[in-house]
Amino acid sequence: MREAVVLRVAAKMMTPFILVFGFYVHFHGDYGPGGGFQAGVILAAAFVLLCLVFGMDSVQRVLPPAFAQSCAALGVVIYAGVGFATMLLGGGFLGYDVLAADPEKGQHLGIILVEAGVVVTVFGVMTSAFYAFAGRRGAAR
Amino acid sequence: METAADLVLLALLAAVGVALAKLRNLFAVVMLAGIYSLLSAGLFTVMDAVDVAFTEAAVGAGISTVLFLAALALAGHREKKPARPAVLPLAVVTVTGLALAWGMIGLPAYGDPSNPVHHHVADHYLEESGHEIGIPNVVTAVLASYRGYDTMGEATVVFAAVVGVLALLGRGGARGRAGADPAPEDRGSGRASSPDPPVRRARRTESPR
Repeated sequence: MREAVVLRVAAKMMTPFILVFGFYVHFHGDYGPGGGFQAGVILAAAFVLLCLVFGMDSVQRVLPPAFAQSCAALGVVIYAGVGFATMLLGGGFLGYDVLAADPEKGQHLGIILVEAGVVVTVFGVMTSAFYAFAGRRGAAR
Repeated sequence: METAADLVLLALLAAVGVALAKLRNLFAVVMLAGIYSLLSAGLFTVMDAVDVAFTEAAVGAGISTVLFLAALALAGHREKKPARPAVLPLAVVTVTGLALAWGMIGLPAYGDPSNPVHHHVADHYLEESGHEIGIPNVVTAVLASYRGYDTMGEATVVFAAVVGVLALLGRGGARGRAGADPAPEDRGSGRASSPDPPVRRARRTESPR
């Protein structure tokens, strides 16, 4: 696919928009449809598109498999970490009220933080799974 | 209008479902499975479940299709013809389907606001989440705050799933770290440097051998 100019240019131009849309879906999840899970999938889709057009090698220079795998674990740590943080601040596990002086602000902050954990996990999981499938050479051939 | 959209979508779903069962070319099956997900997303949108529709479109129609294609590049694209007609499975699905249809007779009418399911905790969420959580999207309030434990469980399940994939398929990546690669003999000598995107390989597998 190295010679497919239209695909290469289109993929390059689309990538930043896909990434921004992914973040929009995450941060706008409080107000409209969307949330961490969808955002993580969209972010991963941007890298999958690049893999399909430019090959895995060039994409893995930007996003090494080890980094993607760390993301998958880090997101769960972020999520559970918010839970322990609220406990340390005197609330219940994942009781976001204590995160800010105003309980409502605390809820906002807590939701954005745990959703960020979901984004990171889902992004890492989807890219790692794609790397694992696409990086293996076919036994069928 | 909504009924017409429902009918069209459900008819298309049924048609795609039958085609999925009939087809032996797995590439066509993967594409139809993506279309099936997209139709389901349309159905969820008609039901006003936009969050679910969004997830279905992104995961079901989007990333799963790509993962299936990558798996096909490994596994080949023709399904073997079964040696004999599958009578027992047909009987099992017929009986199960009839039992489900029979069970649905006892369900309350779809979408009736007086159904018990809408009055367990839903009333509280709809009335109180505005000032308890303070965000307009009740779905997000329920997922991330009221049911925060469950969502943490989901994130953990997704993580566990990829651990399973990596355990089965290796750490992945044509540029896998030397020494850390669990199956170095899997790799040909020139392979580490030749990028080989799955779509291109998929096309190659498709040509008759």
